[in-house]
Amino acid sequence: MTDTPTPRLPHRHLLGIEQLSPADVTAILDRAEDYVALNRARDKKKSTLRGLTQINLFFENSTRTQASFEIAGKRLGADVMNMSVRTSSMSKGETLLDTAATLNAMHPDLIVVRHQHSGAVALLAQKVDASVINAGDGRHEHPTQALLDALTIRRRKGRLHRLTVAICGDVAHSRVARSNMILLGMMENRVRVVSPPTLLPPEIDRYGVEVFHDMEKGLEGADVVMMLRLQQERMEGAFVPSQREYFHRFGLDHRKLACAKPDAIVMHPGPMNRGVEIDALVADDPERSVIGEQVEMGVAVRMAVLELLAEAQGTAA
Amino acid sequence: MTTTLLRDALLIDPEAGTETRGDLLIEDGRIAAVGDAGAAKPSTVVDCAGRALAPGIVDLSVYVGEPGARHRESYRTAGLAAAAGGVTTLVVRPDTDPVADDPAVLEFALRRAAAVCPVNVKLMGALTQGCAGKRMSEMGFLSDAGAVAFTDGDHPVADPTVFRRALTYAKSLDALVIHHPQEPVLSAQGCATESFFAAKSGLPGVPAMAERMQLERDLALVELTGARYHADQLSTRMALEALARGKRAGLKISAGASVHHLTLNELDIEPYRTFFKLRPPLRAEEDRQALVQAVADGLVDVITSAHLPQDEELKRLPYEQAAHGAVGLETLLPAALQLVHAGALDLPTLFTRLALTPARLLGLEAGRLAPGAPADLVLFDPGAPWVLDRAQLHSRSKNTPYDLRRMQGRVLRSFVAGRQIFAREAQAA
Repeated sequence: MTDTPTPRLPHRHLLGIEQLSPADVTAILDRAEDYVALNRARDKKKSTLRGLTQINLFFENSTRTQASFEIAGKRLGADVMNMSVRTSSMSKGETLLDTAATLNAMHPDLIVVRHQHSGAVALLAQKVDASVINAGDGRHEHPTQALLDALTIRRRKGRLHRLTVAICGDVAHSRVARSNMILLGMMENRVRVVSPPTLLPPEIDRYGVEVFHDMEKGLEGADVVMMLRLQQERMEGAFVPSQREYFHRFGLDHRKLACAKPDAIVMHPGPMNRGVEIDALVADDPERSVIGEQVEMGVAVRMAVLELLAEAQGTAA
Repeated sequence: MTTTLLRDALLIDPEAGTETRGDLLIEDGRIAAVGDAGAAKPSTVVDCAGRALAPGIVDLSVYVGEPGARHRESYRTAGLAAAAGGVTTLVVRPDTDPVADDPAVLEFALRRAAAVCPVNVKLMGALTQGCAGKRMSEMGFLSDAGAVAFTDGDHPVADPTVFRRALTYAKSLDALVIHHPQEPVLSAQGCATESFFAAKSGLPGVPAMAERMQLERDLALVELTGARYHADQLSTRMALEALARGKRAGLKISAGASVHHLTLNELDIEPYRTFFKLRPPLRAEEDRQALVQAVADGLVDVITSAHLPQDEELKRLPYEQAAHGAVGLETLLPAALQLVHAGALDLPTLFTRLALTPARLLGLEAGRLAPGAPADLVLFDPGAPWVLDRAQLHSRSKNTPYDLRRMQGRVLRSFVAGRQIFAREAQAA
């Protein structure tokens, strides 16, 4: 056996941004850049993951994230299987760990997991031999979303540091916001949070972010405006008085966007609630909105993550 | 007449507040003499070699799974764990299945306990029927059947009218009402104390204020009704301040703290360790320190194990879904001794909180180291170092947060009514 090179990503799993170093983030984004080009080419296929089995295990519905991971795996040549909770034996009372043990016995190499409870993906990762990728756990983390956002920002702004990023909306219930706050803070950006106080987690200032309850002030001088989805059930939980008041005060329209830098970009992890957190005119504005590009970067980032984890395990071709 | 002489012990007397070297003589299940045994001719002599001898622990918060959940803990296994932990009186929660809101359930439990449990067992009755918080239980019948206090376990009674009536009715029986102060709506779905740590971990939080709010409500109703009230577990600085105000106002109130909340904090949970999921949740370090201070100065009256066995399946789940609770009978004393070693309190004060005060709250004779008191005793080595292996615990369930921890202080022997019920085999000569 020849000596194995140090893996670019010294981790077995990707459970959260919190475990990554700035060098890890850069390694993932650099690799993803290669795949942006591949994904735009006529022949989108590579074979580095040929022979490997990837299971997408989704305990919570997500069409777009699941599709993105599926395409990413397939383009790299992996055999991809989708498993969703509705059709699985979890609904027959099998526990998460039994499901993990069952899947493990089938020798998958990569397991992509989404679960409605924080920490569930980490729990599953303890019980399997495969590399586990967190595709969102409860309110905890959604690391590939933060990475694809970072790639989008880096390509648009030419750098991923010393930018002012305003994260707007339901931060309290958002794993996307948590992962982004950690990643953007780690890369030395100025992170702001713009939200009604009822939608902020406790002790938010300890993330090292600036808090604004006035959107126009919060967007002043921002390079990036990152909107979050306001889920309908939050409305019913009386976190905000009404949809129309929320849109009036915290919905992104061109008037509020004018407070940001003239070249500020607008992001949204999707799916959007037009007219709730974002005005359709802004969402569809080709000058400002990079929402479509985020989806494109998502596939590239996930390919990079799958490949780097396989490399770290020594299973990539 | 059987007589036992425990020779040359460090006698921990919580009533007198002293720890002195001397002998203790047991006659017919009771303490006959303390300090100087005179010219007694005992049938048995135990050389204590200067180790600490204290009144056996009266544990005010113990869950036993009989009836309904014997796979989690039976009276036999609870008794073994208690004996090994120096707990000589179990005060058992009523939220079993079925709930102890019917005299027949109490009779069943007492019969089971008498048959298989080597330590004293006292039962609490349900405060409301089914512990559902809707309608008060038959407190009179339950009292007659042996209930020593009334509580709904860790289910708070949300409705103030129901709680007021229960307090009023309990007062007419001079019964002690024990309540779990946690505002149920404000703490709904919460599984960690509300904090930066919980937010970062994505765990829904229980605000510290939810404890204080419910305690304040309870104290207002105690003031209104004049009932005797005990808060089972306080865990936050804010609630302690409310307790202090209530005590200054002269209300007949007392409060407990679990040994877990005195020795662990929220950060121990990381990474999502479900054996640390408790109710109330583990709190901030600042709260823990305030709680230790309150135990030291007597604001908090009682330390309990908050013994709540859960089987492995209920704990091998994502944190939010996992059952709460930890076993504690066997680890109560060793863990509490951490406070003594840290200089927060002395041994007589510790046994005031562990034995004397809980016995007095329930009107029991136990908890004293004086002639005439029942010879319920624990002999322990306060300094003995050991590492906890949860597989070695006597409880049926092994859900301890102290697994693999270095402990200092170990029970050597336990006595109930003068009879030795536990002796550690590898005891140093």
